[in-house]
Amino acid sequence: MDKWTFGFTMMIVGVGGTFLTLWILSLVIGVMKRIFPLVAEDSNPENKS
Amino acid sequence: MLDAILAGLSGLSTGVSSLFTGGLPNAIMLAVGGTLLYLGVKKNVEPLLLVPIGFGCVLVNVPLSELMDKGGLLKVFYEMGVANEVFPLLIFVAIGAMTDFGPLLENPKILLFGAAGQFGIFVTLLLALALGFPQLEAVAIAVIGACDGPTAIYVASQYAPQLLAPISVAAYSYMALVPIIMPPIMRALTTEKERMIRMETVKRSVSRQTKILFPIVVTLVGGLIAPKGLPLLGTIMLGNFMRESGVVARLTKASENEIANVVTLFLGLAIGGTMEGHTFLKPQTLAIFAMGFVAISLDTVAGVLFGKLMCKLSGGKINPLIGAAGISAYPMAARVVQTQGLKYNKKNHLLMHAAGANTGGQIGSVVAAAVMLSVLKGMGMI
Repeated sequence: MDKWTFGFTMMIVGVGGTFLTLWILSLVIGVMKRIFPLVAEDSNPENKS
Repeated sequence: MLDAILAGLSGLSTGVSSLFTGGLPNAIMLAVGGTLLYLGVKKNVEPLLLVPIGFGCVLVNVPLSELMDKGGLLKVFYEMGVANEVFPLLIFVAIGAMTDFGPLLENPKILLFGAAGQFGIFVTLLLALALGFPQLEAVAIAVIGACDGPTAIYVASQYAPQLLAPISVAAYSYMALVPIIMPPIMRALTTEKERMIRMETVKRSVSRQTKILFPIVVTLVGGLIAPKGLPLLGTIMLGNFMRESGVVARLTKASENEIANVVTLFLGLAIGGTMEGHTFLKPQTLAIFAMGFVAISLDTVAGVLFGKLMCKLSGGKINPLIGAAGISAYPMAARVVQTQGLKYNKKNHLLMHAAGANTGGQIGSVVAAAVMLSVLKGMGMI
């Protein structure tokens, strides 16, 4: 593989892969926040360990 | 008797004579080591790293010191934790234990700023290839753009150990220079009106369960997509899991303090030990420093431009300055954004939003490196 094919492949797959991974993570975090919403006890500092 | 005395005295003069006969590179590097110590001590530039690196550099450049020869102290440190990547990974456990991902979890979309802030890595890769560096060396150089010292050291020690010294020194130096490099780029790419945008206060909306599950989810998702980077992601998330679980306070504190301190000392000395004059002073070292600067500048450019895009898409609710915090350099980048925001609007406190983008940048830098390593593996290059 010549260096430019290598470089542009790394760039396209690298940028795409990074965005895709972080986008999936942001979606999963959103889902987690829906499944485990903040309830009143969580926001009360006295109940925090 | 006289011969014995003269022979003994000659043993005391070999160091000095070596310095004056072919020791010019060592003399230059002694000055470089002194400069690093000056920057660390007098200017407070990343002292925790520059002091051990600078002192290691001084030690290894004293002629005939043998500290980097087999069995030498610095060589032992190098083989103990740099050659096998243990030190940067232990530093990651410490970083995970110190980092609060709360601001990021409040607004998960902000994680995308962490992806935009890695763009410089990939342009620098092309630049390094254009300058004639072999492919794996180009990858290691490009990772300076991750703005993340341990990641740069991890990749360089594995795939371009001969470039470890300039890459790690460049990575940490530019991280320290973030407050100088970023503001002019941020000002050049944004209008005054954009810089004055006030963002809504972050409301607390994240439960303890979410905070505890977050490191596990990141490890699994990241590990499944980019398994070659699992050591990087896994260690930072281990540290964060210990912090958020709250049940291993001793381990968390040890990671934040004792482990971080001891490993930083050994890592710094080992890196300084690789700065021997005859191997360090090459034109490629200057090229690496120049490319490191380009990488971090382009990260900032891409972050701010992505911030402008998000500003448009959100109907002007997002201040594009926070895009600059998408580079990893934590927490300096977030502080720079806060300072710049306050400069144009005294009531504009962007710190929490910028901290979210900045922690997103931390994850982004690790993910970018992990993706690159996995792509290399997929190509059969490693």
